[in-house]
Amino acid sequence: MAELIDLVLLGMLAITAIGVIVLKDLFAVVMLFGIYSFLSALIFVSLDAVDVAFTEASVGAGISTVLMLGTLALTGRKEKENQHSSLLPLLVVLITGAALIYGTLDMPPFGAADNPVHEHVAPRYIEESPKEVGLPNMVTSVLASYRGFDTLGETVVVFAAAVGVLSLLGVVRREEDDAPESGLKEHRVLHVVAKLIIPMIILFALYVQFHGDFGPGGGFQAGVIAAAAFILYALVYGLPLAFRVVSPKFLQVMAAFGVLLYASVGLYSMSQGGQFLDYNKLAADPIAGQHYGIIIIELGVGITVFAVMLSIFYAFGSQAERSNIK
Amino acid sequence: MNYVLDYYNYWIVVFLMMAGFYVVISANNLVKKIVGLNIFQTSVFMLYITMGKVSGGTAPILVEGVTQYSNPLPHVLILTAIVVGVATTAVGLSLIVRIKRSYGTVEENEFENKDDAI
Repeated sequence: MAELIDLVLLGMLAITAIGVIVLKDLFAVVMLFGIYSFLSALIFVSLDAVDVAFTEASVGAGISTVLMLGTLALTGRKEKENQHSSLLPLLVVLITGAALIYGTLDMPPFGAADNPVHEHVAPRYIEESPKEVGLPNMVTSVLASYRGFDTLGETVVVFAAAVGVLSLLGVVRREEDDAPESGLKEHRVLHVVAKLIIPMIILFALYVQFHGDFGPGGGFQAGVIAAAAFILYALVYGLPLAFRVVSPKFLQVMAAFGVLLYASVGLYSMSQGGQFLDYNKLAADPIAGQHYGIIIIELGVGITVFAVMLSIFYAFGSQAERSNIK
Repeated sequence: MNYVLDYYNYWIVVFLMMAGFYVVISANNLVKKIVGLNIFQTSVFMLYITMGKVSGGTAPILVEGVTQYSNPLPHVLILTAIVVGVATTAVGLSLIVRIKRSYGTVEENEFENKDDAI
């Protein structure tokens, strides 16, 4: 049965990809890409990667789609007719694809428990991490503790991306008086529904943030979900109001604060005589130390991801409003 | 049939990868190129997660009485890659917005001519 679900979902994914190639209407392409992300999330669930599915659904289908739509608002939704012959790209793709398919025949069969990937560090993570770190969710243990240094790097990359977007676009602040009509003022139903939903989204984000040690979730997902709540607010009520709730300046400070919070845990553990990000030294009991460390660094990740995603949305949103005036 | 089931996931991954690759090299529109890059990227995620799956295993969250778990390591690598992926996509999209502002187009072939004019 699981195989059948897998077969059908992967087939649908392939059809969606063909749709993206064929369609000329970029709005439809972006929407298909959202569907593509949701399908991928479903496949991740069926392949046991619940944390990844969570992230893909909130990031791929949520934030990516919103950002692409924001870009389309500025660049136009129609793709121009392509005069190039598509023969050469097709040939390149077919040859590369054939070589890759030939390569897959040497891959170990799907799902076998004695595949080489499962025989290196994975058994140690699976058997020892519940004892060494004391958390049921092994993904969180590996992410935040064993590979904490790597995750710090990823958080810095996310922060760097925000710096890149803000220096390319910048957030345009307008005086209240000449602010253009913004948000969906006519839609009273949306206003009421959004007001009801936003607190629940934020509550859910907090749950995902602090329950990530025990179930699927963690700082990355929680940050994105919390950002989605404010993006919804900005879409329905308009950017000027959203700027008053969470100002762009505040977000820039928060983005840096999250990274610094993460790194300071590492420095603190060094000051306690351990190595960088050695949580065992954070408390007298190593397991308690691990718990403190993971909660704090996940919080740092959550704050940075939240601030970065919302700043990026502000940057795109304020561009769109500016071009509408012209 | 068994042979197909063993390799089906990998073949779909290759197909998606090539679909994304095709969009990147054949499309003129820069936004569509970004969508193509994202499809390519997701296919790599799919490859990693496929390799991490163990038949009969369960999600790597400790449960009483379960001994067979899927491999948590690919999940960790891909989880962070997705978030970094959206961050880099955002940088790409903001570059497109700047290109539109400077050159008035996001179509690659038109953009080339404008560049000569400057």
